[in-house]
Amino acid sequence: MCLSIPSKVVKVSEDKTMCTVDTMGVQRDANLMMMGEDDVQVGDYVLLHIGFIMNKIDEDEALASIETYREILELMDEEERKRAISDDDNCENR
Amino acid sequence: MKTLELKNLYDNFRDGKTIQAYAKIIAEDAKKLKKPINIMEVCGGHTHTIMKFGLPQLLPDSVNFIHGPGCPVCIMPKERIDHAYVLAMQSDVILVTLGDMIKVPGSNGSLQQARAKGADVRFVYSPMECIKIAKENPDKKVVFFAIGFETTTPMTAVLLDQVVKQKIPNILFHINHVTVPEVMKELIDSRDIHVDSYNNKIDAFLGPSHVSVIAGSKIYEQFPRDYGRPVVVSGFEPVDAMQGISMIVKQFIEGRYELEIQYKRVVTYDGNINAQNLIDTYFEKVSLFRWRGLGNVPDSGLRLRDEYRKYNAEIAYKDILPIAEIEDHKLCICGDILRGMAKPPECTIFGTACKPTTPIGSCMVSSEGACSAYYKYGNLL
Repeated sequence: MCLSIPSKVVKVSEDKTMCTVDTMGVQRDANLMMMGEDDVQVGDYVLLHIGFIMNKIDEDEALASIETYREILELMDEEERKRAISDDDNCENR
Repeated sequence: MKTLELKNLYDNFRDGKTIQAYAKIIAEDAKKLKKPINIMEVCGGHTHTIMKFGLPQLLPDSVNFIHGPGCPVCIMPKERIDHAYVLAMQSDVILVTLGDMIKVPGSNGSLQQARAKGADVRFVYSPMECIKIAKENPDKKVVFFAIGFETTTPMTAVLLDQVVKQKIPNILFHINHVTVPEVMKELIDSRDIHVDSYNNKIDAFLGPSHVSVIAGSKIYEQFPRDYGRPVVVSGFEPVDAMQGISMIVKQFIEGRYELEIQYKRVVTYDGNINAQNLIDTYFEKVSLFRWRGLGNVPDSGLRLRDEYRKYNAEIAYKDILPIAEIEDHKLCICGDILRGMAKPPECTIFGTACKPTTPIGSCMVSSEGACSAYYKYGNLL
């Protein structure tokens, strides 16, 4: 019910009440009446819900999250590498 | 990565390795917990994610989920489904609602069954389709049966805004919008008859994603402040949910009770102010709304403001709408499930008499309900 679809704005109507969004290759129209007049521009990422744009997706915040995940994975890889070396060093069957 | 691509918004937040990484972090942190914690995911969207991606299997025994009441179809009492059915059966009415309502059974049957009997019921993708339907059918009344939490309320408000501005004479509204913080408060405050004490089962809340996009995280401030319950507003993707759970566990081991936002890419403290203004213009609180499975919850429902009463289908059709309350089946334990007192498999009729195709209780009615999710994805807990 409350699920929404991340999409990218490809066109805004002249009266700024509607826009066209791309959702992974599928284009559809969406209502802009819940947003401020100049809030949404072509190229913005937005959340689409039952035909309406609910809000913009903050690119910087999205990128910051993705960067956090990359760092976590890197740290885990490093820990696993160290553990593998340490296991190998301590292996009694060597 | 310097620029964002649309696929990043899907792939990076569903990445299996990242989910596993958070599982490790949570397992490590959970060793420092003084006692097991129960996290209520308030929203059915989260329940769906948690079950679909098998997140309980990735978490230590000391981190449990309680599946909350955030499923607008599930919590609709039968008498209101009956309203929709009765309205649909009027020869001058076209009943319009969202697809989620199709199969929900009332005491006379579902809207799908009403349609089979000749009623004009239309399931639409967007409420705005009502305008086109109304203009194409000037001799009919179009009744929009509006459901949903804060997420969908402003869309109904936009439709009414346009009906008023365009002077469309033949659209009416049957409002069933409800609000989240009031039911969260009810779940903590309510005295539980089974244990004869206040409900202390819920230790923290995973805050809803898209309710919060509209209403802002500010609506949950009271829970850490007044009840000592942490709230982390989290996105619906599995990585979002795991990060949100990790943030809750960290609050417990650090002795913090705070309101935090994991889903910062769309949720702010203030939310979408334009949407909130639209809601305030057209809606006001009702003192009591009856939730299926939970009973009357104070201040949790909305209705049209009195100056818009001529658009209110409950007033226009008051002579034909049934008023008697209809209780759920005696064997149904949805109320206990929603309060965290029981899990779906503990119900004697779960998966036998009560299935998604023939739901008896509220939690089985919609795919977002806890029982439905358990049935669909197996008894994973």
